[in-house]
Amino acid sequence: MSIDMSQFHQVFFEECFEGLEAMESGLLSLNIGDIDSEVINTIFRAAHSIKGGSGTFGFTVVAEYTHIMETLLDEMRDGRRQVTKKAVDVLLGSVDCLREMLTSIQNEEDVNMVSAAKHQAALEIELNGSAGSGSAPKAIEVHEIAPVAVANESEEIDEEQGWKIAFCPYLNLLKTGNDPVRLFRELNGLGEFTANVNIQDVPPFDELDPEECNISWELKLVTDAKEAAIREIFSWVEDDCALEIAPLSKPKKVKKLKVTPSAPAVDVVEVISVAPEVVESTAKKAAAVVESDPSKNTPKASSSIRVDTDKIDTLINMVGEVVITQSMLGLIGENFTMDKVGQLKRGLAQLERHTRDLQQSVMNIRMLPISFVFSRFPRLVHDISTQLHKKITLKLVGENTEVDKAVVELINDPLVHLIRNSLDHGIEMPAERIAAGKPEMGTIELKAYHRGGHIVIEIVDDGRGMDKAKLLAKAIEKGLVDEATIMSDKQILELIFMPGFSTAEKLTDISGRGVGMDVVRRNIQSLGGNIDIISELGKGSTIAIHLPLTLAILDGQSVAVGDETYIVPLVSIIESINITEKMLNKVAGKGETFKLRSEYLPIIRMREIFNVKSGEATKSNEGVIVVVEGQGALCGFLVDELLGQQQVVIKSLEANYRRVEGVSGATILGDGSVALILDVPGLVRLSVR
Amino acid sequence: MTTDYIAANSKQIEQFLTFELANEVYGVEILKVQEIRGWEAVRVIPNAPSFIKGVLNLRGSVIPIVDLRERFSLEHCDYTQKTVVIVLCVKRSHAETFVMGIVADAVSDVLDIKCSEIKKAPNFGAQLDTRYMRGMHVYKQNMIMLLDVDKLLNPDELDDIETISDSVSVDYDELL
Repeated sequence: MSIDMSQFHQVFFEECFEGLEAMESGLLSLNIGDIDSEVINTIFRAAHSIKGGSGTFGFTVVAEYTHIMETLLDEMRDGRRQVTKKAVDVLLGSVDCLREMLTSIQNEEDVNMVSAAKHQAALEIELNGSAGSGSAPKAIEVHEIAPVAVANESEEIDEEQGWKIAFCPYLNLLKTGNDPVRLFRELNGLGEFTANVNIQDVPPFDELDPEECNISWELKLVTDAKEAAIREIFSWVEDDCALEIAPLSKPKKVKKLKVTPSAPAVDVVEVISVAPEVVESTAKKAAAVVESDPSKNTPKASSSIRVDTDKIDTLINMVGEVVITQSMLGLIGENFTMDKVGQLKRGLAQLERHTRDLQQSVMNIRMLPISFVFSRFPRLVHDISTQLHKKITLKLVGENTEVDKAVVELINDPLVHLIRNSLDHGIEMPAERIAAGKPEMGTIELKAYHRGGHIVIEIVDDGRGMDKAKLLAKAIEKGLVDEATIMSDKQILELIFMPGFSTAEKLTDISGRGVGMDVVRRNIQSLGGNIDIISELGKGSTIAIHLPLTLAILDGQSVAVGDETYIVPLVSIIESINITEKMLNKVAGKGETFKLRSEYLPIIRMREIFNVKSGEATKSNEGVIVVVEGQGALCGFLVDELLGQQQVVIKSLEANYRRVEGVSGATILGDGSVALILDVPGLVRLSVR
Repeated sequence: MTTDYIAANSKQIEQFLTFELANEVYGVEILKVQEIRGWEAVRVIPNAPSFIKGVLNLRGSVIPIVDLRERFSLEHCDYTQKTVVIVLCVKRSHAETFVMGIVADAVSDVLDIKCSEIKKAPNFGAQLDTRYMRGMHVYKQNMIMLLDVDKLLNPDELDDIETISDSVSVDYDELL
């Protein structure tokens, strides 16, 4: 009986990643020193199902690794072990490591064994370290440390072409400036490469010299490369090691190395004495080189979506309604007489309502709670605040706010950037905070809520805020603005979105390269949103991102300018008014404004800004002013006529052309012609220029 | 690249769709042509270069229409019943393609042209940009200019309004 297991892989990976997220958030909410059995149980369950799943699918590496985590968690659950910060950090590290492993397996790449071994070693140490008394030598099972390779199945095939290499460096290998990891990488380039590390010879901690290489390796390379090619890789270290190369088909047991991954457990449970730090540090060193290229391991974007059964039930109901209405209309049409017109009209109205409902429920399926994005941030804040020695709590508000899947996917990177900025530049060091009379613990609040047809995401910190004088000085120094320009506070704050602007005195690896904020703003604008800053020196900053709820359909007001038809998104319209000559004023003979109740609003003549040539010029007393809100300010669009409201499907102009300023997209009207959708904030920007 | 390509495939035959533009004959590779349709009114794109007439609804996707007369700075002519739009599938980059329409006075013929018979466009100096030309071909004593659609209609290139020709007044004896 053979079932194709690969069809379940996608589901398995999704469940695993969900489990990992649950573990992560559980770990972060664990109070140090306090055992909350409910939380530990949750983490344990997640680990357990990952272990079970990966065992079923034959991903032994993952299963074995999770098993060790589970042991540790089990002890915590039973109260046999304290929840220490170190233990939590190690577990968090292993969550990352598991995620990396699963991503590699999902992308059908080789698992990065070096980094796995490193985490596994750390886990073992945590597990065994506190079992005995602190100073006693710690027992470590060799076979657990030896990286277990994906090559488990291939081990059984005898005819494999390749080489078995016993690599025993002399003590001075590291001193000569050679790095085994580099060699391994070279070997990896030749074919399927597996390394087993042997740490039998590592001396007890008090006799250890960190510059000596006490470990040796047994390497397996499945390749069709010649022996000479392998010899060449080792040519640099030939004098500093004992090297034996043998073909794979006739396995030659090197006396020193007893450990192979497929050997039965009895054989390999060799208890040796080893100082944990050594393993960790050597492994870390080894891992550091390999890990330097994490960008390769980006997980595949998930193309499936989990939907509430409730939502599907509603959808099915809707479809039922539509079918009923359709058959009713069909009945009317069968032998139509004029006296049935009323009935027909009612039927059509019903159909329209159902279609709209149906459309809404379909769109609802694409909606995901924003917690999909937010849930990653507690970890980020935890890691970075530790790294920066700051004390910061992250508050999440409105995680259940729903937003389109596409927005969820695209908003993550800008948010990460903004939160890093708040962590790095916003929140002060604890001492500084106390001196300023603020609580030692800084707070970053991440809020999401709906307003109008938009979702608003706010990042609020209570840090040092932005120094407007400093911003302005910096901008002048960099030549981004003229010294003579008079700028409002808001304009000064917006300087940080200019390309090449960074006020951080020193660059850190977290933020401060000045390439970020302009990219953030551009990304958000490309989603059809905008970004605002409010900041008060000494009190903190608030960054608010406004995004459209969905990227596919919008409610629009169609307006006519000459022969052209444009769609104004309904959400940005405040009101529309007929104008009379008296309402218009000119400032200095140029800028036109009009008085709306007590406010003076600037007027944008659509005909002029879009260079529309058809039709007669709009007379001042005939047009309609559509009052819109864009970039936080009100302004009036002068158009010839209002045509009607309708829902429009957004079509991209960029797909076949390119971005047009002041236009966010196109749509197809009922008569088959194209109409352009106005980008209100963009037009306001355009008119300022 | 064009020359290497020609040299390597000199025995191959390619098909070209030829069309008329201000009494001159131009050709595009037929494999790029998606369809040919009559002229219909388009929606103007604000502040676009004048040779972009606007956008059109082509079965649900919005495609831009380029007037080659204006692109090449030829005299303008009114659109008539005979005016056609050739819808082309253009390569933007290795993986990306997009659809665009070009306005032509009339479609003439489909020709089989041996690659060896495609002559490289001579260097006309500053007055004429030959970057957008695949080459030239002589058919029944008539000059046909074969256009490199990918280069000509690349949206990133649409900004530089450079003239290809005011009709080929250059002496092309050397080609014959």
